[in-house]
Order: sequence, then structure tokens, then C-alpha cells
Amino acid sequence: MAENIIIDIEHVSKSFGDTHVLKDINLWIKKGEFVTLLGPSGCGKTTLLRIIGGFVNPDEGRVMLGGKDLVGIPPYQRPLNTVFQRYALFPHLNVYDNIAFGLKLQHVPQDEIDKTVRKMLKLVSLTDYEERDVDSLSGGQQQRVAIARALANRPQVLLLDEPLSALDLKMRKDMQIELKEMHKRLGITFIYVTHDQEEALTLSDTIVVMREGAIQQIGTPTDIYNEPKNSFVASFIGDSNILNGTMICDRKVRFIEHDFECVDEGFGEDNPVDVVIRPEDIYLFTKTEAGQFTGTVKSCTFKGVHYEMFVDTDEGYELQIQDYNAFEPGTHVGMLIKPQDIQVMRKSKVVNEIEGEIVDESHVSMMDGVFECKVPSGFAPGDKVEVRVAFDKVELMDYQEEGVVAGEVKYVLYKGNHYHLGVQTDSGFYLRVDTQDVYDDGDLVGINIAAKNIKILPKNE
Amino acid sequence: MSKRSTWSIPYVIFMVLFVVLPLVLVIIYAFQGPDGRFTFSNITRFFTDRDALGTFAVSIEVAIENTLICILLGYPAAWILANKDLNRSAVTIILFIMPMWINALMRTLATAELFNMLGITLGKGTLLFGMVYDYLPFMIYPIYNVLVKMDKSYPEAAQDLGATPWQVFWRVTVPLSMPGITSGVMMVFMPTVSTFAISEFLTNNKIKLFGTIIQENINSSMWNYGAALALIMLIIIGVTSLFQGGQKDAEEALI
Repeated sequence: MAENIIIDIEHVSKSFGDTHVLKDINLWIKKGEFVTLLGPSGCGKTTLLRIIGGFVNPDEGRVMLGGKDLVGIPPYQRPLNTVFQRYALFPHLNVYDNIAFGLKLQHVPQDEIDKTVRKMLKLVSLTDYEERDVDSLSGGQQQRVAIARALANRPQVLLLDEPLSALDLKMRKDMQIELKEMHKRLGITFIYVTHDQEEALTLSDTIVVMREGAIQQIGTPTDIYNEPKNSFVASFIGDSNILNGTMICDRKVRFIEHDFECVDEGFGEDNPVDVVIRPEDIYLFTKTEAGQFTGTVKSCTFKGVHYEMFVDTDEGYELQIQDYNAFEPGTHVGMLIKPQDIQVMRKSKVVNEIEGEIVDESHVSMMDGVFECKVPSGFAPGDKVEVRVAFDKVELMDYQEEGVVAGEVKYVLYKGNHYHLGVQTDSGFYLRVDTQDVYDDGDLVGINIAAKNIKILPKNE
Repeated sequence: MSKRSTWSIPYVIFMVLFVVLPLVLVIIYAFQGPDGRFTFSNITRFFTDRDALGTFAVSIEVAIENTLICILLGYPAAWILANKDLNRSAVTIILFIMPMWINALMRTLATAELFNMLGITLGKGTLLFGMVYDYLPFMIYPIYNVLVKMDKSYPEAAQDLGATPWQVFWRVTVPLSMPGITSGVMMVFMPTVSTFAISEFLTNNKIKLFGTIIQENINSSMWNYGAALALIMLIIIGVTSLFQGGQKDAEEALI
């Protein structure tokens, strides 16, 4: 391993009850790097940070810091400090005593504590705030004190748990710039947790995109934006059109009911894939014959530098397009996509595969619920089976009580003519759902599956 | 009179009948001689009455001892109850709070019977035992309430900054739970000063407390002196509650 690796996370797994929060995480972090763990809520990013900080013990795997195994070392002996999401400033101490808290524990001489506190306050632009009560500070000021307090201990690594999420937009932008400068000036490693992709792109040297307890992609902001590994990463970073497609053969892909040339190979023949096209990569023409396919402009909004348009293709798919020229709503346009701008990705899953257990000849138990279904002959009650349910056959109810099991919408992808959702059931299972209805992250839903849409297969060990 | 303020009339009547009037009566009696004339003699009598002063000192001493024992026993109990790793069931909390639901006199009588049965001679030890037994829940509950509502990130932040579990406890948990301790002290110290039933049953009146002499005076129709003693006690309780800074926090701890 290279010498400049400061944190080395090897095969870390963690479950809370039945929910696998982290699944076999492997990650190296270089000295002085600004690394962001990015993902929707419940993706395991905060748990991973807490494992590094020592507040949570991994079930498996180990975390090394500068070649030393950290497992079993309590948080107070780790050379790391954390900026907590809600600051966690001690309300019974003033600003000075909050920042000096760690130094006093180490019995640092008083004049040195004074010097460090003053230096830290200057670093976070809060000079002369020593005597202030922490409750009398604004959110942004409390955040700065929290950063000063964590840095006063001179940690080798600074952990930041969504530190800006409680601030308003303007303040957040200012703090982003300040954090970036602080990182440059101090030269220590920052590990930053956020669900805000823009924050991640602005701040990071390296972004680690996570979903459902697994790392989806590790790369620089540019890499992740330009070469997303899958549709989830593409949707999470920047705007994009994500569409279902079929790889006809090498260098030829079919989506939105047209065939396109592309540069991808090795996906096999007639295989379902995800296709991602950034909005700035679709070219618009008023002369319809100049394009590969045609559609009608639905809306056009000025965004400062470019116009953002939504265009319905003649086949009924909605595309998001950015162009320097405005095309009035109602205009019939031709559209063109260059082969190198088509990102083809393997689908991580094409059908829900759920572990179940036969209850009787007409019921199967799965995801902590009992579903009615037709059990084929040859299965006895108690048999463990694999249950398959197509994405578009899962029915979502607006009220959790209306479903056989309850779940929470964790992410939403728009796929041109339908939504693709990730729904986590109360039992911790991630169900993929295709639907025409509009849902939001965090919506609580009931889940039903019609008996005829439940396919039962023997479990292949 | 607006409609809304008429709602308060029953409460005002209640307050006048059961709070203001008795207080006024206590004050009137306290400054009245046997002949019905205004006098300070009841008050001055207390400060020259060696027995009464001695009882007063004993009462304060017992109240302080009781409060300290309640803190020493109650704080760890509250801490364990509030700690989710150590206590996962609400039943244990109810078990600790349950004695509060039973009449204190009954509990005290039962305790006295228990001591008799075990052949333990009644005295200071049994008195303190009975008091701690009676008042411990009133110490545990407010502290538990503060601890259970305390943001978990405070102790975590302290640990993160290098504090050992012991240092976390003394530098963060205890200071942040002061409102609970304060209201626990108020609920234990003040009633102990004025109690007389516990000392009657658990020491057979071998140890007299301040409440006992008030009761004796009133029982033997020495209304004026009794009222003066009650007034003195009331003033002392009032003064101690003024010392409890941050009373608002302490009140919040009870909710």
C-alpha cells in the first residue's frame, strides 16, 4: 500500500437488527484528501463515519489509521475529531470553554490554550467571541465554533457529519468556500458526509457515492459527473435523462423507441440496460429533418447561462434538454445525440428477488408480511423459496396501513415516461418499483402485490 | 368582565379559600398573644426556646442527610434507567416510580412494622431509612427526566474531544443534569423539614423534628406559638427555594 494512505477501511459490514446498513465496504483515503461520502438518507454514510469516529463498532472488517488497527480503540483515544450535525456545543460552557474543552483534558498549559483558542477563533472568523454564551450565537456561528472546537485538538483527520445541513442556502454557500479554504490551509484529511450532490461536487477531491449500504462509485467530481457507473450515480449527481434501453449489439443501443449508435461494447446482445444522457448533450434543431428523432417543446425556462427545456418526443418520452438558444413551447423540433454522449450502463437488477417462506398453498411470507399468491405444486409449508416480482407489479398505497407491509421511499429516478423508485420496507429489504405516480424521497407507503404477480421459484443454494 | 376571565372565578375562589385565607390566618395567629393582642412574643419565644432551636437544628440536619443520601442513591439509579444500553424496559422505570403511588403514611407504617418484626430498635438510622425510602422516587424522577431528554451527541462530542467515560460524566453529564438535581433537591429537602409522621412512627417520637413540635403545639391548643413556628418554617422554605438558581430549568425537569 502506498505510504500516503491515512485511512484504510477493509471489508467493513454492519447490521442493526435485520437491516444491513453497510455491506463489505472497502475504501482508502489519502493523507490530506477531502473525501465526501455522498448518498441519500439511509445509505449508510453516517454509520460509516461513526465507525471511523469510534462511536459504532463494525460487525466485520477493520479500520486502519496510519497502519494501526482502530477497532477496539475508544473514540477518546483516536486522533480524529468530529463536527456533529447539530453542533453539540456544550450549553453550560461559553465559546472559550467549548473550544478549550479538549485541550484542558490534555492538561495543556493555560497560556497555550489561550493562544490556540484565539488562533482557532481567528480561523473561523469569530475573533473576540470567547466570552459569548453558545446559545446566543446564530446557527452559522455555532457551526464555526463546532469546527474550531474540533480543530483545536489538532486531529489528523476531521470528520464532518452533514455540518451545513441546518444552515440556510446563502450561509451554506459561504461556509462551503470557507471549509475548502480551511482544508487547503490546514492540510489535514477531511471526511465529509452529505446528501447534497452540489456540496459534494464543490468541496471534494474524491467523492464516494453510496446507496443501500454499498459503495456505488469512487472518483473525482469530474469523473463521477462525466462517467457515472450506473443510473443511480447519474441521477444523484447533476441533472440527467435516465432511460430504459436495450443493447442490440456492440455499438448499437435502442431506447425511446429509436436505435442509436454508441461507443459501448461488451454488453451482449438484446440485454436490458440503463441509458444516461446529460441534458446538455442533446442537440435541438428547428429543422426536424436534421435530428434523429422529433418532439414538441413543452416548457422553456431561462437559467442564467442556458435555457432549460422539457421536450416530449413523438413517442411520449419526456427529455430534459439544456441549450444556449431558446425554443418556444409548442415548437416542433428535431433532436440529435452523439454516440460518445450516450452512457450505457448495466442494470444492477431487472426484477425484485425476495427471500420468502411458504406458509400454505395460497400464502407466502416475505419482507415480514404474508402475501396471498398461487403456490405451485411441489412446495410444502416452511420451504424457503425465491420470490420474483417485476418492478411494475408492485403496488404502492398512500397509507402504510393499506399495504401488507410498510415502507419508505428512499430514492426516485425519472425514466422519461415513468418513475423508478427504491422503497425500503420496514424489514430492511430494498424493493424496486416502477410507477406512473409521483412520490418523493421519504414518503411512507404501503406495499401490496397482487397474487398473480408473485412468482415462486425454488431457492437455488 | 369578558367571558374568558369569568372561567377563572372557581380557581380564584379555590385559591382564596384554601391558600390565601389559611396563610393570612397563620400570620394573624403568629402575631397574636393569648389575650388576642398583637405581639412579637411568639417569634421571640422560638429564638429563646432551647428545645425548639435544638429540634430545628436536628430537622435541618436530617433533611440535609436525607437529601444527600437521595442524591447519592438516586442519581446512579436515574442514570441507569435513562441509559438505553442498560435498561430497555419501561417496566423498571415504573417499578422505581411506583412507591410514589402508595400513600406515604401506609408505607411508613409498614416500614415500622418491618423493623419491629426484625427486632431493630427505632432511632436515627430507621428514621433516615424511612425518609430515603419515602423520598427517593422524588429525586430519581426529575433527574431521570433530564437525562433521558439529553441530546446523546453531547457525551459523544465530549468523548470525541478526548474525554474518558469518567470525564464525560463529570464534565458534561452532571453539569447538564443540574436542573434535574435542583428540582429533586427541592422536592426532597423541603418536605423532609416539615415532616412529622415519619419520625413519629419510625422513632416513636424519640427524635423530634420541626414538624413534630408544630403538630404538638397545635394539638395542645397552643395555636399562636404553633402558627409562629409554621410561619418560620414557611420563610425558611421560601428562602431555600430562592437559592435554587435557574428555577425555570428545575420546573422543566418535572414535566
